[in-house]
This record gives sequence, structure tokens and C-alpha cells, in this order.
Amino acid sequence: MRIELSQVSRWYGNVVAVNDVTMTIGPGVTGLLGPNGAGKSTLLHMMSGFLAPSGGTVTLDGTPVWKNHQIYRNIGLVPEREGVYGFLTGWQFVLSAARLHGLPDPEEAARKALATVEMEEPKDRRVETYSKGMRQRVKVAAALVHDPAVLLLDEPFNGMDPRQRLHLMDLVRNMGASGKTILFSSHILEEVERVAQQIEVLVSGRHAASGNFREIRRLMTDRPHLFMIRSSDDRRLAAALVRDDSTGGITLRADGMEVQATEFRRFARLLPRVAKAEGVRLHEVSPADEDLESVFSYLINRSS
Amino acid sequence: MNTVVAGITYRALLGRRRIVLLLLLPVALIGLAVLLRAFGAADQATAVELMKSFAIGTMLPLLGLIAGTGVIAPEIDDGTIIHLLSKPISRPVIAQTKFLVAVTMLAVFAALPTYVAAFILVGNEDDIAVGFATGSLVAGIAYAAVFLLLGVVTRHAVTIGIIYALVWESLVGNLIAGARRFSIQSWGQSIADQISASPFLEADVALGFAVPALLVVTVAAVFWAGQRLRVFSLTGDE
Repeated sequence: MRIELSQVSRWYGNVVAVNDVTMTIGPGVTGLLGPNGAGKSTLLHMMSGFLAPSGGTVTLDGTPVWKNHQIYRNIGLVPEREGVYGFLTGWQFVLSAARLHGLPDPEEAARKALATVEMEEPKDRRVETYSKGMRQRVKVAAALVHDPAVLLLDEPFNGMDPRQRLHLMDLVRNMGASGKTILFSSHILEEVERVAQQIEVLVSGRHAASGNFREIRRLMTDRPHLFMIRSSDDRRLAAALVRDDSTGGITLRADGMEVQATEFRRFARLLPRVAKAEGVRLHEVSPADEDLESVFSYLINRSS
Repeated sequence: MNTVVAGITYRALLGRRRIVLLLLLPVALIGLAVLLRAFGAADQATAVELMKSFAIGTMLPLLGLIAGTGVIAPEIDDGTIIHLLSKPISRPVIAQTKFLVAVTMLAVFAALPTYVAAFILVGNEDDIAVGFATGSLVAGIAYAAVFLLLGVVTRHAVTIGIIYALVWESLVGNLIAGARRFSIQSWGQSIADQISASPFLEADVALGFAVPALLVVTVAAVFWAGQRLRVFSLTGDE
């Protein structure tokens, strides 16, 4: 099944949360990547029928998603917020989901779903006694209980310990491989790279980039980089570096210099060679803008 | 009516501290009745006054508020409602189920204790007990609907509900005669008056107005609550 977004926007008063996004989510695992506040949750809420687009349309195989409770026969939703009744046991929670779906054999479906997320052992404990990762897995089990063709997960790996994270990543990958349409949101590139074949990047509510992880990675490394460098003779090193095309500009400061490198790979090879030739000792070389935010802001400037 | 939704709602309501709130007022009502009886003050005038001012005048709107908002507002607050709404069940059916749960709560915690308290005071004299229990039940149904709607429409349901129950129903209703026409508890008293033959009970609102008003308010509120659930939106923290 396919989720299609066509020129989807969402605004709250004067604030635009999602801005003219057009994308198609097909079978396999798609990662929705973006910094916090980029509009990922807003977009996911619109895909799952929990928010009306202010403009544009969201459809599931051609059927509008908004105000249509029948879509939940085909959609499983794992919301970011806890959203689990603490007074129910894991078993009761997943069983209630199976019953709410009106499945012919709810017990069997619940058992299967709990087995899928490896939650059989603690299933008779109340959900309020679970760790964050266990709650997350029980939520996934409840979302999977009717074997939906589409699974939407909002920041599913948040708050999980590394082992639980790996387990859920395997699960998501396997489901994607079996032909389900899976979309999950995340603000961590490494997380998305490991699980998703297709990556959609959302920045400031706009669809900034789209592609497989190699394409996205290339976009992110080929951008201009800013380095902070301290050496035994900044002025001498600066003069030598600026002769090469891979250096875009240099600002000398009291405590070192800032170098704008236009070609990351070439500059990375150039710097040690030049330093050696000039007899300058490098004390510190650090990226000044390696955080994801600046990567994203580069992407958004490039796309506009 | 969906039994799974009803089951979860009952457990949420009765499992939390809310059960203490639900029990407090009926226990106080029956306690008062026992005390009055013990001190020999158990006559029709006292019984009618206690039923009018406490059972229907104070206890019923407050329990209506607790049960009516309690079946849905906490779930909307903590996000658990998504578990029910992300299923192929029509949203009006979810609203109707929650409404029925609130009604059964009010039958058990308001109408039944009202009957018991009145019976302790005057037995079955002039059908005072049956009259007030029925009035309490019918008005309770309307309260359940109105407060359910309030719980769906606003996050400040309890505050607004208390202001409505105390300021409008008690204060304004007592000071301005015309306002009593638009008060659910007055409609409940009209029903009680119709059933009971007691000379001490006189309703302010004619039955011909009260019954249609109760019907319209109940049906409209449950319908509207269902429609609001259909467009329930997650606005997120962004």
C-alpha cells in the first residue's frame, strides 16, 4: 500500500509547521529524518488521520485518510507519547487492540504480536511496571496485532537502551523486507541509515531532500565544511592553505583560525600535507559545524 | 456500544482514586439520612428538602461531572485515547459507549443512594423515594451527556464543569426564577414531582418543558461529542 502526500501543508495560526510537502511512501522502510521541531510529528499525524491538512491531500491507496476510521484496518500506529493504559497488563493491552479490530481469533493474534516483539515473558505484568523500552515494544505489538500493511512509528527508538534499539531495528527491517510499508521518524541520521532504504529529510516543515542513505550521506559530506584550526603558526599556514582551490576562505582569530573548506575530501588531504611542507605544527583541528542542525540548514538553503 | 471500550473505561474509572470521589457524596447522603432518622427528624418536609438541595442539587451535578468527564477527559489528557481512536470503530460509537458507562455510574452512585436515603427517611410514603430516584436518574443521564461533551471539547472540563454546576445550577438558579427553566436539576425535580404525591414537593418547571428539554440536551450533547471525536486532532509538542 502507498501513502501519498500531495502539496500538504499545515499551519497553526501564523506558524507554518509543514510547508507544501509532496511525497509517496511505498513498501519497504522509509525514514523521516529531521531535527526536532521540523514538523515530523505533524506530518505523521496527518498520515495517520489524526490531523487535517490545512492544504493538500493525504491518501492511502487513493482513499483520503482524514475522518475515515476504516483506514485503521490497514494502518498500525505507534505514537510518540506513552499512550498505554498503565493499569492493564501487556497481554490485556494487546488483546484489547485485537478485540477492537474485531479479529476472528484475538487471543492468537495477541500471542503472535507479543512474540514478535519478544514480550511474552513480562506480558502478565501491569504496563506501569514496564521500562520505557518494554512499553515501546508493547505499543508496537498492539500496532501490529492486525497485521497491517502500513506501519507508522513516531520516534520509535527514543529512550530505548542500545540492545532494545537493535532488536526493534531488526524487527522494522524484517517487516520492511516482507513488503510492508513502514515509515518511522527520527532526528538521528545514524539510526535512519541503519534501518531505512529510503530517507526523506524534513527541515523547517519543508521536504529538503529525498533518496537512499548513500545519496543523503553524500549530500551531507559534500557540503562546505567549517574547521577550527590552531597551530604553531596560524598566519603562515593560512597563507599556504589559501593557495589551494579547496579552501574557500580563512578568518584569523586570536585563538586560532576558521577555515571554510569547499571540498571536504580534498581539504582533508591538503591540510596535513601543507602543514608538513611549511613546518607548522597542528595543535587542533575540529569541525565547527558538524552538528546535524547545520547539516540540515545547509540542505534547506540548497533546496530553496 | 463497544464492549472493549466499555471495559477499559470502567477499569480506568473504578481503578483510580476517582472511585473515592464517587463514593464520598452518596455515603454522606445516606449518613445524613441515618442521622436525621436517629434524631427523629425524619418527616416528609425534611426528606424533600434533603433530596432537593443535597441529592439532586449538589451530589448529582458533582457526580455527573466526575463520571461524565471521567470517562474520557483523562484519556485525552494522557494520550491513551489514541489506542481507541486508531481502530476501525466509528468515533460516535466510542462517544456513545463512554456516555453509557457514565450513565451506569450515575445510576449506581447517584440514583440508587438517592432512593436509599429517601427510603430511610420516609419509606415509600407518597412515592418520594421512587420519584427522586427516577428524577435523579433522568437528570443524571443529561448530566452525563453534557459533561462528556465538555470533556471532549475542552481540556478545562472540570473547572468549567464546577463553575456550571455550582454557579449556574445553584446560585443563578436560586436567584433568578427564569434561569431555573434551563437547569438540568430543575428538570429532574419536575420528574420527581410528577411521580411523587408529596404536598411538600413542587417543581418550578412544567413537565411539558422538562421532558423535551432533557431529551434534546442529551441527544444533542452525545451527538456533538461523537462529531468532535471524529475530528480529534493531535497537535503535538511542535
